[in-house]
Amino acid sequence: MFKVRVIPCLDVKDGRVVKGVNFVDLRDAGDPVEAAIAYDAAGADELTFLDITATHENRGIMLDVVRRTAEACFMPLTVGGGVRTVDDIKTLLRSGADKVSINSAAVSRREFVKEAAEKFGEQCIVVAIDAKRVKRAGGSDRWEIFTHGGRNATGIDAIEYAQEVVALGAGEILLTSMDRDGTRQGFDLPITRAIADSVSVPVIASGGVGNLDHLVDGVREGHATGVLAASIFHFGEFTIRQAKDHMVRAGLPMRLDP
Amino acid sequence: MTVAIIDYGSGNLHSAAKAFERAARSMDDPEAIKVTRDPDAVYRADRIVLPGVGAFADCRRGVDAVDGMLEALTEAVRVKARPFFGICVGMQLMATRGKEHVTTEGFDWIAGDVVKIEPRDENLKVPHMGWNTLDLVREHPVLERLPLGPKGRHAYFVHSYHLAPANEADVLARAEYGGPVTAIVGKDTAVGTQFHPEKSQRFGLALISNFLKWKP
Repeated sequence: MFKVRVIPCLDVKDGRVVKGVNFVDLRDAGDPVEAAIAYDAAGADELTFLDITATHENRGIMLDVVRRTAEACFMPLTVGGGVRTVDDIKTLLRSGADKVSINSAAVSRREFVKEAAEKFGEQCIVVAIDAKRVKRAGGSDRWEIFTHGGRNATGIDAIEYAQEVVALGAGEILLTSMDRDGTRQGFDLPITRAIADSVSVPVIASGGVGNLDHLVDGVREGHATGVLAASIFHFGEFTIRQAKDHMVRAGLPMRLDP
Repeated sequence: MTVAIIDYGSGNLHSAAKAFERAARSMDDPEAIKVTRDPDAVYRADRIVLPGVGAFADCRRGVDAVDGMLEALTEAVRVKARPFFGICVGMQLMATRGKEHVTTEGFDWIAGDVVKIEPRDENLKVPHMGWNTLDLVREHPVLERLPLGPKGRHAYFVHSYHLAPANEADVLARAEYGGPVTAIVGKDTAVGTQFHPEKSQRFGLALISNFLKWKP
């Protein structure tokens, strides 16, 4: 039976985990490779690295992190952040990433998704969408795409955009609600569900997880096939196993392999 | 003993090589894992691994682009009967034809076509991306001591097409995804998995170990 995925996400800057990871005894709480090994052992279904390194010169550090992770962890790894060219994707995949997530570069040039999918296959191209609810004068609310960590509005409708990138070859959508990110109030379920129901590919819900019920809601109400979270796992509040056990009790199919 | 992992430009080479190295290390007589695009090295290898991600036609083109590779591979597997492991599209290439976007010739080691999966349940997404259990169809040495079935271990899948074999006897295991999905095939000295053993944690490494120990 097919299972729901639980995916911890690590923000990595200049080769270090932002704010660290403290859910097990690590020699170095800031080393992304150590954190990845710990999540692998804990039964995470996939792992996502988001590279938030600002300078181009330090980008090479991420490749080394990916390479060392792939040597030690035999689980699926997605890497995103600053992916702008076909060459960026190639070097990440060659270093050991299984999927690469594209964000701003796809917003500014949709054809990039097509070029990437044609070259590497749809299965490894994730399009990350940062959406924010926008009030419309006299009309109903809608969700728009924002770039640069939610600072830049684009005026692009999130649902239409999701359909467009899937038609161009995105194999998966990673949807983050900029309204919920960091709030611990749970996923933005209406937008998650609206996008999940309007595209044929898997949608991963992200942004806002504060408790384990939120993970269940993301799948049951949001129709996501995977749930991504960061802080609830990184600081030992819940283990991956606790999250999965909770989801099993809620009736969701989960992988509990030792 | 050497295991040749064929390098024809496929993206997941690094992970595949590392997983085979890890599995080989735990053996009494570790085999040397060699990533190569040299047809001669493939011809001489004791075991051969063909990874593959992306589209069927692209992977086929990749193999054809290495001068003499297909001949060396065919000779080693079909004539010298060397054990072969195809992963994902590397497995699909064992089929007669691929029907992803365009019709492309496969190696024709296993009669059948590679066709799009069409889950009957409309809530199931394509690609089939994530972890699924496997149902045993036919016993095989590479499946020894692996916990299969609905309560067994999981394998990691990422694909939209699968091999639909003409002969049931060529299927070793299936997964259920709104209908049967071919998960493992096996014929003569060749086996192939639609899923990624190199990404399937302990289960995947155990399967690779079995392959490395297999003496057909």
